[in-house]
Amino acid sequence: MGSNGHHHAASTKATPDSAIQASGWGVGLFFMIGFAGSLLAGWILFPEMLYSKKKQPIDFNHAVHLETVSDGCDSCHYFEKDGSFTGMPDLSKCVDCHESAQTGNPEEIKFVDEYVTPGIEVPWLNYSKQPDCVFFSHAAHVMGAGMSCESCHGDIGTSEHTRVYEENRLTGYSRDIWGKNISRLGKPEPGAPLPMKMNDCAKCHEEKTGRKGACFQCHK
Amino acid sequence: MKEKHDYERARRYGMVIDLDKCTGCGACMVGCYMENNVPFKPDETNKLDSINWIRVYKLNNGKPYPETEICYLPMPCMQCDGVDLHGHSPCVSVCPAVATDYDDDTGIVSQIYTRCFGCRYCMAACPYHARKFNWWDPVWPADMKKALSPDVSPRMRGVVEKCSFCFHRYQLARNKAYFENRQNEPLGEDDYQTACAQACPTGTITFGDLNNKAHAVHQLKTSPNAFRLLERLGTNPKVYYLTAKNWVRRQGDNYLTDEEPGKLKQKR
Repeated sequence: MGSNGHHHAASTKATPDSAIQASGWGVGLFFMIGFAGSLLAGWILFPEMLYSKKKQPIDFNHAVHLETVSDGCDSCHYFEKDGSFTGMPDLSKCVDCHESAQTGNPEEIKFVDEYVTPGIEVPWLNYSKQPDCVFFSHAAHVMGAGMSCESCHGDIGTSEHTRVYEENRLTGYSRDIWGKNISRLGKPEPGAPLPMKMNDCAKCHEEKTGRKGACFQCHK
Repeated sequence: MKEKHDYERARRYGMVIDLDKCTGCGACMVGCYMENNVPFKPDETNKLDSINWIRVYKLNNGKPYPETEICYLPMPCMQCDGVDLHGHSPCVSVCPAVATDYDDDTGIVSQIYTRCFGCRYCMAACPYHARKFNWWDPVWPADMKKALSPDVSPRMRGVVEKCSFCFHRYQLARNKAYFENRQNEPLGEDDYQTACAQACPTGTITFGDLNNKAHAVHQLKTSPNAFRLLERLGTNPKVYYLTAKNWVRRQGDNYLTDEEPGKLKQKR
């Protein structure tokens, strides 16, 4: 009885239909503006703020080096006899060729003056550096699975300049680990390095080997 | 994961510890601390909160002099296989975060520190006290930080850690095997050894693949003197102990006075 009476009173005091519709559009518009604004903030503004941009100490030209050396990537990035991968070469490897500047290139002159002559290691920024708890075996991927360098690192061998290194201000990791694509929808551009999060590793492992692998396969 | 895997078990790493050879020198513990970046405090007198992946316990036969006998018992993680080798080790079964898991390739129980959130269920579940909790962030005196091994990630406050059978050495041995194109062959005994086994001056600790006939542990574990701790719980540990002394053997499980160790029907 009580609820009936309430319903009756509400219907007599109702606002006209057109007014309801107009305020509905207003709320909808307000919502859409807020929604679009949030998306823009989340997808463009936040990543801009999240990553600091750093320059490599030397603008390294991979293309020039790859033309000169005889053994492709392996000439500088090679395996030790114990199966460990050297990664970025240290200064002694560079000095093999660059004891003194060989060209008039200002970057090479800078490299020789600032690093080779005083004997200081170049503080290269590693785009694919993994967290401390990760064990990655280059040998298993390159020798075991026969993968090429490009299949994970992209066409870095043909680059003429170093890319900007984007560092996550919160975690300190390179943006390449997450991948350039904030939404993580779609695939990376051809020639771009592949994202290297745990899920990315697990996905590929599941496709290629049929299982994601045990925790200790990639953790230490 | 905790489900039963359908692929074939390849390897089953385990240890045989000859208690009659152990002098209690503690070299295994020292080797382990150095190898695995195990944290310590300036004052380690309270053994309840000290962290170690292998601990040497001191047993005695409870008799007064001159019949007193002492036995030292080094205890790493037992790397339990669980009933029927399903990997249902006590700790893996209770972990709510899958921070600890059973590796079907090696039989080693992993512990991922970045995944652990410190609930310590595993510590309560483990009947061997193999797991230790980090109540504090590790503090390395002076330059010792520079001497940390890069192959083992150091732990932080609030996570549980335990012996991994020096799993990073397995990873490095596999690396080398790939480089030498023998990744499809089983690793040799010398390819992969734990730090404690190598540090032991008396050859007490033997480590290898229990399934591999070429490894010494395969034979040693079948000795009539071999037993495992709390065997009747069904945890199925991969650490075997050897002793000729019956009183030592009696302390390996909760035997009734009329029960004789080694003569009981074994529960799986």
